Amino acid sequence: MRRLSWFNAISLTLGFAFLYIPMLILITYSFNAGKLVTVWSGFSTKWYGELFRNEAFLDAAWVTLKVAVMSSTIATVLGTMAAYVMVRAGRFPGRTLFSGMIYAPLVMPEVITGLSLLLLFISIGLDRGVLTIVLAHTTFSMCFVSVVVSSRLVTFDQSLEEAALDLGCTGFEAFRLVTLPIIMPAVVSGWLLAFTLSLDDLVIASFTSGPSSTTLPIKIFSAVRLGVSPEINALSTIMIGLVTIGVIGASLTSKRSIAKRQKDEQGAIQ
Amino acid sequence: MKRLALISVPYLWLLALFLVPFLIVLKISLSDTALSIPPYTPTLDLSEGWAGVKEWWAGLDMENFWWLTSDDLYWKAYLSSLKIAIISTILTLLVGYPIAYGMSRAPDEWRPTLMMLIILPFWTSFLIRVYSWKAILSNEGLLNQLLMNLGIIQEPLIILNTNVAVYIGIVYTYLPFMVLPIYSALERLDESLLEAAEDLGCSRFTAFWLVTFPLSKQGIIAGSFLVFIPAMGEFVIPALLGGSKTLMIGKVLWEEFFSNRDWPVASAVAVILLLLLIIPIVLFQRNEEKQREAEK
Repeated sequence: MRRLSWFNAISLTLGFAFLYIPMLILITYSFNAGKLVTVWSGFSTKWYGELFRNEAFLDAAWVTLKVAVMSSTIATVLGTMAAYVMVRAGRFPGRTLFSGMIYAPLVMPEVITGLSLLLLFISIGLDRGVLTIVLAHTTFSMCFVSVVVSSRLVTFDQSLEEAALDLGCTGFEAFRLVTLPIIMPAVVSGWLLAFTLSLDDLVIASFTSGPSSTTLPIKIFSAVRLGVSPEINALSTIMIGLVTIGVIGASLTSKRSIAKRQKDEQGAIQ
Repeated sequence: MKRLALISVPYLWLLALFLVPFLIVLKISLSDTALSIPPYTPTLDLSEGWAGVKEWWAGLDMENFWWLTSDDLYWKAYLSSLKIAIISTILTLLVGYPIAYGMSRAPDEWRPTLMMLIILPFWTSFLIRVYSWKAILSNEGLLNQLLMNLGIIQEPLIILNTNVAVYIGIVYTYLPFMVLPIYSALERLDESLLEAAEDLGCSRFTAFWLVTFPLSKQGIIAGSFLVFIPAMGEFVIPALLGGSKTLMIGKVLWEEFFSNRDWPVASAVAVILLLLLIIPIVLFQRNEEKQREAEK
């Protein structure tokens, strides 16, 4: 069994302290009674109450959730198709352009993506609203989905699909009955990634949203641009809490399913 | 037939919503600002047939690009974005490498937990993570309170609204992007190589420098691109943590568009930013494909 040297122990401790202390401070001060966010004046949950009475925040949260569910679902379908094309379709005319269009949005500055999509929507006369944000978010997040899914597709044994085809499945049946269940964990994590990217996006949403479709990040940004507010601290705490529960839950589920699969495989061998 | 459908759906989507928008940006960057709706001329009028296309083509020029070169605000913004992106990439590497190294040396049963601790901030809202530094770095903020109570400084340090705050913000938010690729390179490292180096008389440090470091080069390259490229066009971090003196091209583009409503100049700024980023983006893509080939 390996032991951690003092150097590694110190770098891990400092590194994780750097990552987590700012968030812990934020969470602590969301329970501060005073309006000043840097002076502690007693425990209170009043900012949470204020938050839930703030109609504008609730409306924005609802818009954000709608956009995230729609865009991540469409992005998962398109991204999985794109991954399948990249890994399985072989050569076809325009493949280089296709792979370029898959990778480029991953590293494209958001201001450029936002600006270019806005100019597109204006030039085809599409009114800005929930629909335009969904289109924009789908486009950049499908690329993330396709990268996640294609890394799973690359490692999986193609002979399983061939066997299904030999046994009389149509191409689509082979995909639905064999391929999809195997790549499902990657598809699910692709969906989750697309969902959080959409929840979190400020820049692209600012370009593509209309007056009636303000998302939560836009609201938060305009509230914190000038200073710190205890209400935003409360909102942040709720969001950090939900993400933490989600990530820990997902990792426990995947651990359990890996353990179950290993057990099944061993059972099959015996 | 089915194959064609499978290829064409994502292909057409990306053409329509990724490539075409760029061509529009390119076109508008060559147009002139005008007080009309949309606020630029010329607009393509297809109802006049070929003559309309010709007139539109004749109206395009490089004027906005000349304008960008004549006003040194833009030059300074590009150079200062480049400087900020390079410095913060180096800082992220210096902070991230020891973490990735420590993770790869940690006992096996700790690793899933450490991994989750690195990934968790990545799932947490970017905006909130940047915002969390505002309360720490401000003049009456917690860092200054702490340092003054300890008697290290007498006067509060001015960090918020300076470039230093921008560096801290970039290192903080992009750290997982640096740690993960380096960790995955280090994790694959065969430890018997290090033992061999030590048996052959290397000190631990020389063994690290001659064996471990070169073998983690792929991870360092991938991580550095993943930090450098988005940092170059960053908007949120300079807007929230930087000051009025922090010049970054993402912020200039935003203001050109939203405050000055100058679409042609905003488009020209975007085109040049993209040209500057094409080299690192292509290099990054090559690196990724090389790795993908190696994994096959």
